[in-house]
Amino acid sequence: MYLATTGAAAATAQVTRGRVAGPVLALGTVSLVTDISSEMVTAVLPLYFVLQLGLSPLQFGFLDGLYNGVTALVRLAGGHAADRGGRHKLVAGTGYALSALSRLGLLLAGGGTAGISAAIAADRIGKGVRTAPRDALISLSSPPDALGRAFGVHRAMDTTGALLGPLAAFALLWATADAYDAVFVVSFCVGLLGVLLLVAFVPGRAALGPVAAPAAGPRVPLRSRIAEPLRDAAFRRIMAAAALLGAATIGDSFVYLLLQKQLDFAVRWFPLLPLGTAAVYLLLAVPAGRLGDRIGRRVPFLFGHAALLAAYLLLLTVGDGTVLLAGVLVLLGVFYAATDGVLMALAGPALPAARQASGMALLQTGQALSRLLAAAGFGAAWTLWGSPAALAIAVVVLAAALAGAAALLPRTERRF
Amino acid sequence: MTDRADPPETEAGDVRDEARKSRPGGFSMRARIIAIAVATAVLTTVAVVYTVTAARRADSADPPSAFGLDRGQLYFRSTRDGDGAGRVARLAAAASGPSAHGAAAMSAAAAPAPDHRTTGGPSCERFHAAGGTALCLQRRPGIPPASYAVVLDGRLREKRRIALTGIPNRARVSASGRMLSWTMFATGDSYATTSFSTRTSILDTRTGYLIKNMEDIPLILDGRRYHSPDVNYWGVTFARDDNRFYATVSTKGRTYLVEGDMRRWTARTLRENLECPSLSPDNTRLAFKKRVREGARDPWRLYVLDLRTMREHPLAEQRSVDDQAAWLDDHTLGYALPGSGGEGSDIWTVPADGTGSPALRVAGASSPALVR
Repeated sequence: MYLATTGAAAATAQVTRGRVAGPVLALGTVSLVTDISSEMVTAVLPLYFVLQLGLSPLQFGFLDGLYNGVTALVRLAGGHAADRGGRHKLVAGTGYALSALSRLGLLLAGGGTAGISAAIAADRIGKGVRTAPRDALISLSSPPDALGRAFGVHRAMDTTGALLGPLAAFALLWATADAYDAVFVVSFCVGLLGVLLLVAFVPGRAALGPVAAPAAGPRVPLRSRIAEPLRDAAFRRIMAAAALLGAATIGDSFVYLLLQKQLDFAVRWFPLLPLGTAAVYLLLAVPAGRLGDRIGRRVPFLFGHAALLAAYLLLLTVGDGTVLLAGVLVLLGVFYAATDGVLMALAGPALPAARQASGMALLQTGQALSRLLAAAGFGAAWTLWGSPAALAIAVVVLAAALAGAAALLPRTERRF
Repeated sequence: MTDRADPPETEAGDVRDEARKSRPGGFSMRARIIAIAVATAVLTTVAVVYTVTAARRADSADPPSAFGLDRGQLYFRSTRDGDGAGRVARLAAAASGPSAHGAAAMSAAAAPAPDHRTTGGPSCERFHAAGGTALCLQRRPGIPPASYAVVLDGRLREKRRIALTGIPNRARVSASGRMLSWTMFATGDSYATTSFSTRTSILDTRTGYLIKNMEDIPLILDGRRYHSPDVNYWGVTFARDDNRFYATVSTKGRTYLVEGDMRRWTARTLRENLECPSLSPDNTRLAFKKRVREGARDPWRLYVLDLRTMREHPLAEQRSVDDQAAWLDDHTLGYALPGSGGEGSDIWTVPADGTGSPALRVAGASSPALVR
């Protein structure tokens, strides 16, 4: 599936060498299929709400933002539940299934706001629940020295799905003259296929190795159990670095908005900009992961954020349209390729096997919350002082965070 | 949840083949591959059949309009299921005005069914018409989807087509039919942002001059020249002289009513908290929506502002209206509200002086425009 859909020559050679574990490929395929399903819906929801249902964009924004906070909590719970008794596959599968079923909810809700909110909530809860157990499964089924590549392969496949989803959705709308229900039905079918692939090909925790389940331990309050991975000094440093850098990331929507302001090119193509970033991301995810495996994962992680810094500088200084557009899209792609999966590979060895899912949930939640904070701060700065000043502040903050993270991240990574 | 996913596997499973490794469900790789192949085939069939059915349901082409613009007709976008959904329809507007209002309300309450609408107009997301010109905002699916503002003549034939971006939102034609204005939501297809921005365009059909985005108009806010990157305009309405206009501007989280001058290309704020103004036919009053509550729950109420006294009064409509109201005559306003069934919308009317009560005018319709 991966070979067929990406056609990335560099990646092909590595995968065919057969060192990427089967479960990783299976999970990658599940993610690819699921992302097609979810990005299909994501791409058409604003249109569906505003044009088909006549909701005002204000209501849409409200519905959309409503559950972003919930996701963080659910993610922690998902990670915790997966670690208890090694039920990664069950928890992840429940998350995938919930998201798939939410498409039927959209279909059945018709125009009812309550039904739509419930469907969106179900999708977000599903997404929150499955992420950490899935990443823990990837980590548990790969040798520690090849974790970077394992996550790289998974993220490349995942991004391929995200790239194909919107195209599929717009093609469907074009073929059916705006039959949104067809998008929901097809998305449901694709999502269900993802769940079936997971059930059939992803091994349960029992098959992964002799790691003792921690279920029999003494009763500890839930809150301290969720925070338990933080007791490890190395993990604490990784977590702090990720949160620090997250708090200096202004958010993609702002980057695209800045591009739009400065370029004013044929705006019709504007929705396709993120696809350019995704293409770079999927091409570079595997090489970046491999590089991390070889020379230490902090290097690509830090250089990825340096690429983001370069993107901000481009936005601040370059006036020429083509250079700016190409440069920012490529740098943003490099940023994701060098940081997203790499961070999980960086954290994996710092977590005990029985705490993989909860640790990753903690890390992802911390990063997400700090990014939310950064986006809010940048939005406020933009409104108060205008975009150039806000951007200049972002550059300074990111440079400082980068220095801080370089100091925080352990130079010698734990291997086992 | 996962139970749903199990059956195909159990059907195809072959327990004897199990042994190799501890594999999911204990089935052999071959059995699992067969099960997934079967599931893929079934799901593909469902998806394809549904899509083909949906494609057949859709209109194949855009036929020419079945009617033109005639006086005394109420034009609107029909959302009622059937052949005319998403296309402009019309109804004779005889029962209009303050005296006929009560009667219209009663007949509507009794039976909204017997409306003798003529369907088969142009296909539009938003529609408005006046003075022998019509404006139709369209969206055409594609990769990526495209939007258009289509200028139509008195026989509803296409005169000009302008490619746009975003989601169609407001459309207005000045009383003479000369000045056109429309607003698009520029949310694009970005999913993460909760805020939105608008792009409002103005077209002078006599000169052909098009202002694609009016946000560069010099703005005087509270008596001083105002600069901010976040100004957004929407909901333009032109006066009879085709020069003066009113619109909403939003900046830093507040909305204002602006009065604009086309020839001098300036705008100044008159008042705060006023959106989607609509000038009465006699040019003395503005109907608008006023934000009465923070947040997304029922935020707006319809008001009318008297431009001579600058006093405003609420209308009898108690529900939250998110529309640029249309004057059906000097005493009556028409506007769209979400349909009772949740899907589509209905056109309601209410007296402009704050008396009376709202009445259902056309079920399954939006974008009202009465051609005088």
